[in-house]
Amino acid sequence: MTSLQTSAEKPISLKAEGGVARRQAFSRMSTYILAAATMLGLLVLAFLAYDIIKLGGGRLSLDFLTSYLQRRADDSGIRAPLLGTIWIVGFVVVMSVPVGVATAIWMEEFAPKNRLLWLVRVNIGNLAGVPGIVYGILGLAIFVRGPFGFGQTIIAASLTLSLMILPMIVIASSEALRQVPPSIRDGSLALGATRWQTVWNHTLPGAIPGIMTGTILAVSRAAGEAAVLILVGAAGIILRDPSGINDRFTILPVQIYSWTVRPGDQFKPEAAAAIIVLMVIVLTLNAIAIVIRNKFRRD
Amino acid sequence: MVNVQQALEQKRMTEVRQETPRQPTQGAVAEPASPTAVGIDDLSLWYGHKRALTNVSLSFGERKVSALIGPSGCGKSTLLRSINRMNDLIAGVRIEGRVNYHGINIYDRSVDPVEVRRRIGMVFQKPNPFPKTIYENVAFGAKVNGFKGNMDELVESCLRRAALWDEVKDEYKKKSGLALSGGQQQRLCIARALANQPDVILMDEPCSALDPIATLKIEDLMRELVKDYTIIIVTHNMQQAARVSDYTAFMLTDEHITGQLIEYGPTEELFTTPKDKRTEDYISGRFG
Repeated sequence: MTSLQTSAEKPISLKAEGGVARRQAFSRMSTYILAAATMLGLLVLAFLAYDIIKLGGGRLSLDFLTSYLQRRADDSGIRAPLLGTIWIVGFVVVMSVPVGVATAIWMEEFAPKNRLLWLVRVNIGNLAGVPGIVYGILGLAIFVRGPFGFGQTIIAASLTLSLMILPMIVIASSEALRQVPPSIRDGSLALGATRWQTVWNHTLPGAIPGIMTGTILAVSRAAGEAAVLILVGAAGIILRDPSGINDRFTILPVQIYSWTVRPGDQFKPEAAAAIIVLMVIVLTLNAIAIVIRNKFRRD
Repeated sequence: MVNVQQALEQKRMTEVRQETPRQPTQGAVAEPASPTAVGIDDLSLWYGHKRALTNVSLSFGERKVSALIGPSGCGKSTLLRSINRMNDLIAGVRIEGRVNYHGINIYDRSVDPVEVRRRIGMVFQKPNPFPKTIYENVAFGAKVNGFKGNMDELVESCLRRAALWDEVKDEYKKKSGLALSGGQQQRLCIARALANQPDVILMDEPCSALDPIATLKIEDLMRELVKDYTIIIVTHNMQQAARVSDYTAFMLTDEHITGQLIEYGPTEELFTTPKDKRTEDYISGRFG
C-alpha cells in the first residue's frame, strides 16, 4: 500500500537500479566469460592448425599421397598408411554399424523392460568408458593370437576397433531412438502395423540423424586411434598395397607417431603433412554427418 | 487367424432368430437398440498392482456414436484403448473379461493384436501425423496391410471422407502432414484410419487440442462418418458428448471402486433424466 502511495507522489523510474542493476551486470559479464571459453578452444585449435600447416603444408602433393615410404624424407609418401586407414575404417563401419544399430533397436523397441535389459544397458555404458588400450590388449589376445589367430592383419585390427566403438554406436543409437516421440509409434501400431513395420517405417527414419552423428563421431575416433593398433601390431614399414584382409597393415596415426619419434628433424614435415591428411579425413566424415542430418531433418 | 466375415454373418443369423423383446436393464448395463459392434463383458484391467477398470460391461451399437464421459482418472481412456488392444503395449498390464467383436473375444489366445488394430481404427488426443507427406500418411496403413488396389484412388477417397480433400488436393503428394494446422492434422489422422477400411473407429478426446472451429468440423465429420462406421469417443467435454453422441456412458472412480461404469443409455435420456444420483451430479457440474 505504502509503495503505491509513494509512487503516486514521485514519478517512477524504470532504469536498472540496485538489485536489478547487479543482476544485469552479472548476466552481461557471463556473456563475455562464456564467449571467452569458446574462443580459447578455437584459438588453441587455430594455433595448432597454423603450426602444422606451416610445417607440413609444403609437403602436400599428389606424390606425397601416392608414394611409399622412402629412405629420403623428400621422396617419402603415405600411400601404405592411407590405404590401410581406408581399408580398416571401411571394415569397421561395415562390421560395427549394423551390429550397433541392431542392438539399440532391440534394447529400445523390442526387449522386455526388465532387469536383464537394465544390466545390458549398464554394461554397454561402462564399456564405452573403457580406455582404448584395453581393447588393444583384448584384440591382441583374441583376434591376433588366441582363438581366432588372425595374426597382425587388417581383419584383426578392424575387429578390435569395431569392438572399441560398438558401445558408442549403441549408446548414440538408443538415445536417438528414444528421441522419436511415442505418439508416432502409437499411431503406426494403431493402424495395424507390426512392431518391425513401425520401426522400419517410422522410428528408424526418425532416429537416423542421431544415429548418423553418433556413428560418424565414433568412426572418426577409430580412424584416429594409434595406441590400439600399435598393440594389435601395425607394421613399421609397408611397401605394397593391401590386397586382402589377411595382409599386414599400417595406418596414418601410427605412421605419424613413428615419424615423430624418429631422432632428428628430417621427417617432421612429413609427419605434419600426414596430420593434415588425417584431419581432412576426420573433418570430411563429420561434414558427411552434418549433411545427412540436415537432409533427414528437412523431410 | 479369425474369419471375421463368417463370424459376423453367424452372429446376425442368431440375432434374427432370437428376436426377443429387450429385457429391462439391470444396474448400469444397457443395450443400445441397434446391433452390437463391440461388446464389453465384465472387463477389468490392472496396471501392475493398480486397478484401472472394474467389471465394466456394456455394448456399443453398430453405426452409432457412443461417448465415454467422466472425470479424469475414471478409466474411460483405458476402456477405449482396451478395445483395440493398445493397452497391450504398456508393460505390466493385466486384463480380465471379454471384449467381443463380431462374436470373437479379442483377448482370446488365438487373436493377434495386429489383426484387431487394422479393423478397429484409432484417433489420438494429440494429432500425430507421421513426418511424411499427406499421401504417405494415408497410404501407410493400407500399405502395411497389403492393400493391392489403386492407392491413389484410396488416398483421395479417404481424404474426401475426412473432409480434407478440398484443402489439400493441390499439394497432398508433396506437403508434409506436419505442415497442416492442428484441425487438419486431426482430420488427416482420421483419413489415415479410414484407409484401413475399419468398421469401428475409436477417438480418444480427438478435439481437446483443437480450437472451437476445428472442433466443430471434426464433430460434423463424426456425424457424417457414423452413417458407415461405429464411432466410440472419449471426451472431457459434456457438450460435445451431447452434440455428437447417440449413446453415452458415464464412468467414475470413487474411493472404493476404480474405473466403474455408472450409467449407460441414450444420450438424451442420460443428460435429461439420469437414473443415478452421481450421473446427475456430474452432468450438472457439481463435481469433476
